[in-house]
Amino acid sequence: MDSTVASTGTEEKTWGGGNKPLKASYGKMMMWFFIVSDALTFSGFLAAYGFSRFKFINEWPIADEVFTHVPFLHGQELPMIYVAFMTFILIMSSVTMVLAVDAGHHMNKAKVTIYMFLTIIGGAIFVGSQAWEWATFIQGDYGAVQTKGGNILQFGEYVTVDGEEKFKRVSIEDLAIAQASDRVDHERKNGLWFVDEGTLPPYTVNEIYAGLVANENVLVRNQFIDEDGHKTVLSRAESLKQIKENGKLVVKGANLQVNEYGTTLFADFFFFITGFHGFHVLSGVIINIIIFFNVILGTYERRGSYEMVEKVGLYWHFVDLVWVFVFTFFYLV
Amino acid sequence: MAHEHKLEIFRGRWKFKSNTQKIWGVLAFLTFITVVEVVLGIYKPDMFMHTWMDPIEGGFFATIGNIILSPIVYMKPLNLIFIVLTIIKAYYIAWDFMHLRDETGSMRKMIVWTGVFLICYLMFILLQEGGYVFNVYNGDDALIKHNF
Repeated sequence: MDSTVASTGTEEKTWGGGNKPLKASYGKMMMWFFIVSDALTFSGFLAAYGFSRFKFINEWPIADEVFTHVPFLHGQELPMIYVAFMTFILIMSSVTMVLAVDAGHHMNKAKVTIYMFLTIIGGAIFVGSQAWEWATFIQGDYGAVQTKGGNILQFGEYVTVDGEEKFKRVSIEDLAIAQASDRVDHERKNGLWFVDEGTLPPYTVNEIYAGLVANENVLVRNQFIDEDGHKTVLSRAESLKQIKENGKLVVKGANLQVNEYGTTLFADFFFFITGFHGFHVLSGVIINIIIFFNVILGTYERRGSYEMVEKVGLYWHFVDLVWVFVFTFFYLV
Repeated sequence: MAHEHKLEIFRGRWKFKSNTQKIWGVLAFLTFITVVEVVLGIYKPDMFMHTWMDPIEGGFFATIGNIILSPIVYMKPLNLIFIVLTIIKAYYIAWDFMHLRDETGSMRKMIVWTGVFLICYLMFILLQEGGYVFNVYNGDDALIKHNF
């Protein structure tokens, strides 16, 4: 089965173009070149993530406390369940892809069509899930106070659940007590004309402080990890002192500048790495759709070979392969 | 295009009748590994949460020993388990889904060795440097204060 459409008639000669080094066709070889270089790009990102994490090893956010949401299950803390589901979806769509390749080897157009379709659906579910994951992360859940030094102070109280004392987070909405405060609008005429006034945080630090004073069992937790792998909870006196003296900004959710879960770099890398991966999935879905229509139109039937499906399949499996590593280093380790 | 598929995994301990069956077998195995990872990640058994071995004290050879044994000296066993399981998953995705098992040996080596070598190098450089910067921030003589 020759994968090239045009025939030069010199295939059997050494330099005629018919030679296949390593017994792989030109297209497949190029796809592998691309995959190896893209793998290096991704490992560069993940290694940079490792660098930043080692740099802040004793204050890095704990992923289990960050990604606890599952769609339709509000208010429940279910770490990892949804990511595990996403991982499974992606592996499953890898399987339908490899089944499509296998059907292609048997020149079974109907089966290739069905499996390609299922692969596209799987990819779409994954990208959708990732969008939801992003939205939840940007939205945030409990909110926190950022200090002058850029550290994050979170709130919570000790509650006894099933005879076990646990630190339960308290949301800033429940804590804040409205305070009268003066605010001077920034106008172009009395400042830098090219600077617009940024969005205001939902509460002021004073409001949070008033709430903290009023709720005597609420404590502050900083981002430093103790020997047991938990974040350090401050004493009552220290809690009040920290918010009063160092509190600067109330943050809710995460973006490229602030992150209520801890080090801002965590959010930056999350958006960058999962975003880059999500972009790969998206482009994979688009390429899969193109190939899907080619299959329906019978392009590969006429060509006598479904090798194109195999090449696209390689890319699709690679996306899955990268996700396996992202899953480990972002959510597990 | 590879027509013949090697229809066995685990060095021939698990044989399949057709390529389709092999694909489902690999899926079952990958799902199993993912489930193990998720269960370990949720329950975090205590025995895997602390390193099994302290860094060796004393001169040059102790340092060499620590570097060689770094995965067990410096890493929590749980994280080590996760990384090993991930590499196992990656192996089966590359070998069976991406058909590397059916390619020529030299092609396999070309792809895997290049990647593994460069990635190990990158990881070593960046993680080593990250640890160093941590010490600059947190050493006894650190000039940078960031707890305010």
